[in-house]
Amino acid sequence: MRSIILVASTRIFFIAMVVVSLWILLRGHNEPGGGFIGGLMGAAAFATLAFAAGVDDARKMLRIHPAVLMGVGLVLAAVSGLPGVVLNGSYLQHQWLELDLGLFELKLGTTLVFDIGVYFVVIGGVLSFMFRLYEEEQG
Amino acid sequence: MADQLDLLWPVLIPVMTAALAACFWYNIRAQRIISFIGLVLLFAASVKLTMTVVEHGVIAKQFGGWAPPFGISFVADPLAAALVAITGLLALTVGIFGFYDVRARHERAGFYPLFHGMITGVNGAFLTGDAFNLYVWFEVMLVTSLGLLVISRSREQLDGTIKYGVLNLFGTILFLIGLALLYGATGTLNMADLARVLPGMTMTPGLMTAAMLFLAAFAIKAGLFPLFFWLPASYHTATFAVGAIFAGLLTKVGVYATFRPFTLLFLIEGETLRYVFTFIAAMTMITGVFGAAVQWNIRRILSFHIISQIGYMLMGLAIATPIAWAGASFYIIHHIIVKANLFLLAGAIRAAGGSDDLRRTGGLLKSHPWLAVLFLIPALSLAGLPPLSGFWAKFLVIDASLRAEYYGLAAVALIVGVLTLFSMMKIWMEAFWKASPVTPSRRRYVPVAFIIPIVMLGAVTMTIGLFAEPFVTYARDAGDVLVDPPLYIAPVFGAEAAAEAGALIAGDAVEAEVIETDLIENGADDGVEEEVR
Repeated sequence: MRSIILVASTRIFFIAMVVVSLWILLRGHNEPGGGFIGGLMGAAAFATLAFAAGVDDARKMLRIHPAVLMGVGLVLAAVSGLPGVVLNGSYLQHQWLELDLGLFELKLGTTLVFDIGVYFVVIGGVLSFMFRLYEEEQG
Repeated sequence: MADQLDLLWPVLIPVMTAALAACFWYNIRAQRIISFIGLVLLFAASVKLTMTVVEHGVIAKQFGGWAPPFGISFVADPLAAALVAITGLLALTVGIFGFYDVRARHERAGFYPLFHGMITGVNGAFLTGDAFNLYVWFEVMLVTSLGLLVISRSREQLDGTIKYGVLNLFGTILFLIGLALLYGATGTLNMADLARVLPGMTMTPGLMTAAMLFLAAFAIKAGLFPLFFWLPASYHTATFAVGAIFAGLLTKVGVYATFRPFTLLFLIEGETLRYVFTFIAAMTMITGVFGAAVQWNIRRILSFHIISQIGYMLMGLAIATPIAWAGASFYIIHHIIVKANLFLLAGAIRAAGGSDDLRRTGGLLKSHPWLAVLFLIPALSLAGLPPLSGFWAKFLVIDASLRAEYYGLAAVALIVGVLTLFSMMKIWMEAFWKASPVTPSRRRYVPVAFIIPIVMLGAVTMTIGLFAEPFVTYARDAGDVLVDPPLYIAPVFGAEAAAEAGALIAGDAVEAEVIETDLIENGADDGVEEEVR
């Protein structure tokens, strides 16, 4: 059963949800949000797409296998702790780089790499079983 | 300080291996290479950690540069370091065994990421010095081991996995509730910090409940009487490589987790708790060995023996003298190697005889005589015959129980040893001695990838047996740290805090009896701070 209204509105919803999830990911360090919650929202976007347009379309949109996404995320998260080992001798001690861009100050840290890693792991993890469940339901 | 980084690698290497293997989801060949490199590196790193601990004693590390107790501590005492080293060895040998045993469809289902993920969980659980972090590693271990258990997706495996999963999930929930109670009472979950704070506190009903919840949770994980029935229901359904690593490591993580709180956090001076542990240890030994007697599947027999052997390790907890702890530590290390080896041998027997049901196999002494010899090494070691590692392990725990005048426990341990020998002889008679009930249609070969790890683990068993002294000395060190919490606290909080805690514990030991009777007589009067010197 495929509803036209759902399919049509999903295109907008999908983009909106992905954008919001990225925004939540990026605001995460000092405000509520971060990789985990952002990742859940991102996974929800793909799940909505899979529900409306079918799992195949959602898989195509994701491009890579969810397990690969988990792997990439885990690598990013694990690697983000290494600069701390080199600089302070303490794993996961995060390093910060402050850039003055005239209009505002940009603080970049290795925590961002960690959060992006978590974001990928959560999306990959949720989707790898979500897709399979939908596939079984659709036969 | 660079030495402290040794604590990081046994966890970080398998994480990275799992992650990189997942990145190459479609490239099985690349996954195999990454996995093998990861296993070699892990083994090297875990040996390095043990050497550092031998050299410097207990070492600790705070992650993220956060001061304890706010950041997560990793602590390696001799017992944890030895367990990490054995995990590294076992992962490597099972990895070699897996060259032949792991099928292409298992690899496509994500065997390598799951396998290394599980190793991460095991090493994390051994090394963490934070009770909540221990819960996290348990979850990592549970999720990945569930994946490994169902990797063939057969009906039988699904059945085993559900039994395994439901009970273990229940155990983790009990653990979590216990943690919440403990945190509510003390305001900290760092184990060294808890060891510092708890001796000065009255044993309130809340704390007592937390202790009992921990005991129940870890009893499920370790397969203690009467909560072991998930184990023989699931282990024999796994593939041989997975079964071996499960049999070697998973329950021992539970045993290790039982040792931690009851050495560091809760004193077991009181008679009641000791009585409970003695009873559980004896019953675990007896039920396990009798359960094995009626089985015919090799791995089911061995699964029941895991349970009975865990009873021996628990003797350490029941007797709780330094010698008993040393014996228990030695026992765990010996047992992991021997039991995993026997599970690998079950795979080799199946490859040689065509079945892992003893009624449908036989005559292997004639066709594969060297396999019979390789089987006897871990089998006789498990039963505790000299000069193999099991003899020393049993000798140490039984010696400790006699010295502490636990004659009943010693008697049970000896009888169960004889019954274990009987059970191992049953496998030997059926699989090797008797004539094969079916005429083999062709000559079966055991792949070299099976033989190498079996020989490696057998050699380790022989080495421990013949040159027991350094291992016993090491186990003594491990036991000394277990009975002396300040040794564990010092690397985390500094020598001063450790000395303070030591004074508290010394004072507390005197008053433990008082608190015990206090609890029984009028519940506990919470709120009243116990005056301790």
